[in-house]
Amino acid sequence: MSMSKIIRTTADVMFMFIMVFGFYIVLHGHLTPGGGFQGGAVIATAFILLIVAHHMDDFLGWFKKDSFQTCEMSGLVLFIGTALAAISLGYLFFMNFLSGKGGLFGQFVPFGINQGFMSTAGTIPIMNIAVGIEVLGGLTIIILYMTSGIQSPEEGK
Amino acid sequence: MRTVVAGITLVVLGVSLLYAAISIPFGYPAMSDMDDYFLAHGQEQTGANNIVTSVVFDYRGFDTLGEACVLFTAVSGVAILFRLRKKEEDYEYE
Repeated sequence: MSMSKIIRTTADVMFMFIMVFGFYIVLHGHLTPGGGFQGGAVIATAFILLIVAHHMDDFLGWFKKDSFQTCEMSGLVLFIGTALAAISLGYLFFMNFLSGKGGLFGQFVPFGINQGFMSTAGTIPIMNIAVGIEVLGGLTIIILYMTSGIQSPEEGK
Repeated sequence: MRTVVAGITLVVLGVSLLYAAISIPFGYPAMSDMDDYFLAHGQEQTGANNIVTSVVFDYRGFDTLGEACVLFTAVSGVAILFRLRKKEEDYEYE
């Protein structure tokens, strides 16, 4: 089921650039257009490119399927845990308790157009990362399961 | 007869929709109170420059929680569906 050598080499080269672009979208979700869902979808596209270009058994030799399941579950748990941490600290559910307090992600933001600071926006970057991890695991798992139903005409009947 | 009725309906619908589309002034939405509130207070309340992300993850975080659960349910559904289909073959994918 693997494609030709040109496609495989191109997929190997494009893989790291797509990964870097996806992590950029996830980590800068509170500054630039994008966010957790979009960046996670881009990262999942990099893995799906490897699945489509190579044989699926080769892909499962490089990345374990359980690691993607762990990604999805840990992302969801981190997302809900961040939302529940506000309750344990005495705020409301989904309260942005880190914003404007100093410390981690708590830098002050001037009103209007500014250059964009990474350490701002409170819990929003944490939730972006959580949703990004979850989406990358989920979409890759979906494509893995769907690809496992395909078999080449020579080996199957 | 049916083509005449269909043609009349098409013309009436098209003219009314075109009139409605033309009569809306461009750049002046009818309801902009919520947009103005988010633009005026979003940066100081959430600290995020991206107002869309601050709406999705802060003002309406509960909606995003539902979306994440929907994605988890979709993955679970795909896993159940394709695992049942693999049972009858000797291909062991696990």
